[in-house]
Amino acid sequence: MDNLDLIVSEARSAFAAISDPDALEQVKARFLGKSGQITELLKGLGKLPPEEKKTAGAAINVAKTAVENALNERREAIRKAALEARLAEEALDVTLPGRAEARGGLHPVTRTLERIEALFRSIGFEVADGPEIEEDFFNFTAMNTPEDHPARSMHDTFYLQNQDGTIADKVLLRTHTSPIQARYMKAHVERYGQLEKMPEIRIIAPGRVYRVDSDATHSPMFNQVEGLWVGESVSFADLKGVIADFLKSFFETDDLTVRFRPSFFPFTEPSAEIDVAFISGPLEGRWLEIAGCGMVHPDVLRIAGIDPEKYTGFAFGFGQDRLTMLRYGVNDLRLFFEGDLRFLRQFA
Amino acid sequence: MKFSESWLRTLVDTQLSSEELSHLLTMAGLEVEGLEPVAPQFNDVVVALVLEVVKHTDADRLNVCKVDTGRGQPTTIVCGAPNVAVGLKVPCALPGAKLPGDFTIKIAKVRGIESSGMLCSAKELGIAEETSGLLVLPADAPVGQSIREYLDLDDNQFELKLTPNRADCLSLTGVAREVAAIAGAQARLIEVPEVVATIDDQRAVMLDAPVACPLYCGRVIKGVDARAVTPDWMKRRLERSGIRAISALVDVTNYVMLELGQPLHAFDNTNLSGAIHARMAMPGEKLLLLNEQTINIDGDILVIADDVKALAMAGIMGGEESGITLETSELFLESAFFAPKAIAGRARRYGFGSDASHRFERGVDFGNARRALERATSLILEICGGAAGPVVEAKAEMPARNPVRLRTARATKVLGMTFTAEQIAKLFSGLDLSFVREADDFLVTPPSWRFDIQIEEDLIEEIARLHGYDNIPAPAPRGPLAMLVQPEAQRSQSRIRQLLVDRGYQEVVNFAFVEEAWEADFAANSDLIRLANPIASQMAVMRSNLIGGLVSNLITNLKRKQSRVRLFETGRSFHRDTAASPVVGFNQPWKLACLAYGGALPEGWGSGARKVDYFDIKGDLEALLSPAKLIFEKMTHSALHPGRSASVKLDGKSIGFIGELHPEWVQKYDLPQAPVLFEVDFEAVKTVSVPVYGEVSKFPSVIRDLAIVVDQNLPLQTLLDRLKSQLPALIQDVQLFDIYTGKGIPENKKSLAFRIVMQDTQRTLQDSEVDAATQNLMACLVQAFGAELRA
Repeated sequence: MDNLDLIVSEARSAFAAISDPDALEQVKARFLGKSGQITELLKGLGKLPPEEKKTAGAAINVAKTAVENALNERREAIRKAALEARLAEEALDVTLPGRAEARGGLHPVTRTLERIEALFRSIGFEVADGPEIEEDFFNFTAMNTPEDHPARSMHDTFYLQNQDGTIADKVLLRTHTSPIQARYMKAHVERYGQLEKMPEIRIIAPGRVYRVDSDATHSPMFNQVEGLWVGESVSFADLKGVIADFLKSFFETDDLTVRFRPSFFPFTEPSAEIDVAFISGPLEGRWLEIAGCGMVHPDVLRIAGIDPEKYTGFAFGFGQDRLTMLRYGVNDLRLFFEGDLRFLRQFA
Repeated sequence: MKFSESWLRTLVDTQLSSEELSHLLTMAGLEVEGLEPVAPQFNDVVVALVLEVVKHTDADRLNVCKVDTGRGQPTTIVCGAPNVAVGLKVPCALPGAKLPGDFTIKIAKVRGIESSGMLCSAKELGIAEETSGLLVLPADAPVGQSIREYLDLDDNQFELKLTPNRADCLSLTGVAREVAAIAGAQARLIEVPEVVATIDDQRAVMLDAPVACPLYCGRVIKGVDARAVTPDWMKRRLERSGIRAISALVDVTNYVMLELGQPLHAFDNTNLSGAIHARMAMPGEKLLLLNEQTINIDGDILVIADDVKALAMAGIMGGEESGITLETSELFLESAFFAPKAIAGRARRYGFGSDASHRFERGVDFGNARRALERATSLILEICGGAAGPVVEAKAEMPARNPVRLRTARATKVLGMTFTAEQIAKLFSGLDLSFVREADDFLVTPPSWRFDIQIEEDLIEEIARLHGYDNIPAPAPRGPLAMLVQPEAQRSQSRIRQLLVDRGYQEVVNFAFVEEAWEADFAANSDLIRLANPIASQMAVMRSNLIGGLVSNLITNLKRKQSRVRLFETGRSFHRDTAASPVVGFNQPWKLACLAYGGALPEGWGSGARKVDYFDIKGDLEALLSPAKLIFEKMTHSALHPGRSASVKLDGKSIGFIGELHPEWVQKYDLPQAPVLFEVDFEAVKTVSVPVYGEVSKFPSVIRDLAIVVDQNLPLQTLLDRLKSQLPALIQDVQLFDIYTGKGIPENKKSLAFRIVMQDTQRTLQDSEVDAATQNLMACLVQAFGAELRA
């Protein structure tokens, strides 16, 4: 039996000397192959007398198992070593920058707009749009601002030329987003006017507006967002509630005070100017004018075909640019329109 | 409007502090834009009389003065001012005085002589920017009196930003009335006694345009001294109201305008002939105005004329020839009411405005004209002397003051809080609104100074204002809940923008008015939409596409060393179009435009040096519209390289263009490299299809590759279109995966390699079918394009 132990230990040391998987299989043949040492011994069992066969066979099988185990261990060791080597070879400098395409960003005013839209959508306001070259009628007349009304001097209006060079008197660049209200109400009445009870109008209308004005705080083109809610029992108190809720949600703080003070717009009565003051931060304590608003003037409703006795409504107009400036601390309006990537990327 | 706080306080009795007053006015709708002290803080400066001036023995420019400060013994003061002289009254800062700039006066030796104070200039007191020497006070200034008291320096200048509806507050009287109503204080409006005529001189007044001018009061005043000196108190009040003192007569008219809100005009009576007419201008009439502008007076302008000629633009500006001068001794003084509609917009049309037109076009208290005339007369007589003739008053039908009905329930409904009739009655009484009650209704007759109370809502605003906007609740809004429409076949603007942001583009916002050259270069547009009143020549025409703005942004950023630029903008473009709607004549579609410049990838260790090209931005555009399939057709566009530009088609309709910027513009705009760009209709990008389910095959697909050689100029799209028209049903997809020219391919030819995917939903394909289909495809290409199988 010493012979068997010798074979096993010989196999072990033979396997251990090898680190190549193919060579290992060849060495395996020396022990377990067709004419390997163990195989030969098993073949020789037949020649033994039956009473010895059993014990000798058991002993050879023990040795065979031992050789097989040694082989498997070695196989696994070689596989692991190869894997380790590959992994080491494949290692990267994981601190190198990624190769992904750069991401762009939204314009800060759009960013604000999307927040405003989302906030108002959450209480059932749809988004409406309208033309920027607007009819004088919708910009002024439908907004209760007839020609020669002193309020028209509040807007320095851009007018257009006809093809022959004369001034076009029926169109202009809209001076506010309010004409969208007028158009929307008109369309609403055309659609639902015959009903006993019209559905409510709840819209916000963002857009570019134009005035002849240019300095650090005025741009000849700027962005406004208009809001309108018309229904059977919409009141000034509701206006205050909506605005207060909006401002707190927009600035994500209860640390602000909102005040409404009487003002004048031809298209609302009563009218108010909305001021906001932050309780903390760089603008602490200062009243900042942020929007104009009021109850829709009965004449404006009437012009749109809505009975002011039955329906009331409120409207408001925020300076989108101003809200953006306050939200992000931008101090010069002109930055919004210069297309400077160094500025714009800050809002990505 | 600017005014002096102390003047206001003479007209209304209130204990409110300046800040409280300011807050009250703002919250009442008279926004306080400015509240500034008229003089900085200082103390212990008094009126002093210079008794003696002796040259300082040790200093050429200094004098040793003895002054009486009203404190017993004369004081010795060393003074360097050149205008110091015996007998002058000047401000003197006493020892211990603190002057502006934190400057304390002490007893000190000046070149050996003890000086016990300082004689002051206006600049040293902080009440003037520049001065030359001591502030010389009038001879009757009381010695020893505090200079703050004497010059009324403990005063503030208020500046109101008035809305156009509140013309009634364009006077001290108006503001005082408002303060009284809101603070519950007592107004002390000035009493104006009638000035009895002492001469008979008068002029007849004809109201030839009685709607435009329904009331005209005039009076002759003779023997005035136009060179009389305006009293200091009046000058001060004028100056603190932002009006420069000019001469006594002019100052009085301005003063009364500020005090009572009634603009007045004084004519030199000796330049007038016959009666005074308030009439519309006649054809061809011209007038030289006080501002030295000669105008052709339009027919819709109301003028004041005599029997011979037009004298003034009524309520706007007087004429030079009939105006008063320092030589004037005989006046004709006008106080009239001109209807707002007859004045509105006229001055603006001629490019100017005046304090008078500002008031008249908003509405002047027509119950006040006579009173203002009397007030001005008495001030003129007091200051300039003279004798007044009788007032001639011509009157037609005055503006109607129709009663306005206010329903208590309506006020409650509109304001969203309950008001009782008793509360409302109290608020109206405070405002001097006279009313008749019918149960809970009020019939309110607005006073002559209020032009903004015409409908019920105007009264509701008054209720809200007096109650205080702050005191109206702000409840959470209530309304019927209805879900918003969300069409699945529309993507939101936000989603589309986000797609571009995710692909590396930065959004910009550009002006809609652009340089004319951009329209020529980037749009070949000759039918321009020009602004009639642009603010600058580079913002003079409306853009018909968004390209100019993006190119300009690129230039801006290249200057700022940005080497890789990806920009997009969404906005309207503007086109003349007679069929356009909703605004006839102007089509204003929303566009989306992108521009890419610089490296295909951001510069980095692993990105290579490839520059962005047509196919990069085309890929972006395709991704943007995915899953819709776009078709690109070669086209020429003035902005683009003719060999590298295409029209973008969706469902057979052109939705925009794409390409590389034309080399000519690359050179003209000094760009180191050509940007690639596209512009498409935003509507087209928004529209998407709602998915429709199609069966997924359970059977394996078969793939065959096919490489062919065709003419180099054959556009891929032509080939694909042809294949598409004859594709057997089992071919699912044909994809180009390689293009090759060069060795092994004849000149002017290219090799295209396609991967063909075949599949049937019902069974496994046989090799023979697959081969047949491939051969059919090839046969078709051979026939249509002379294609050869690549060897």
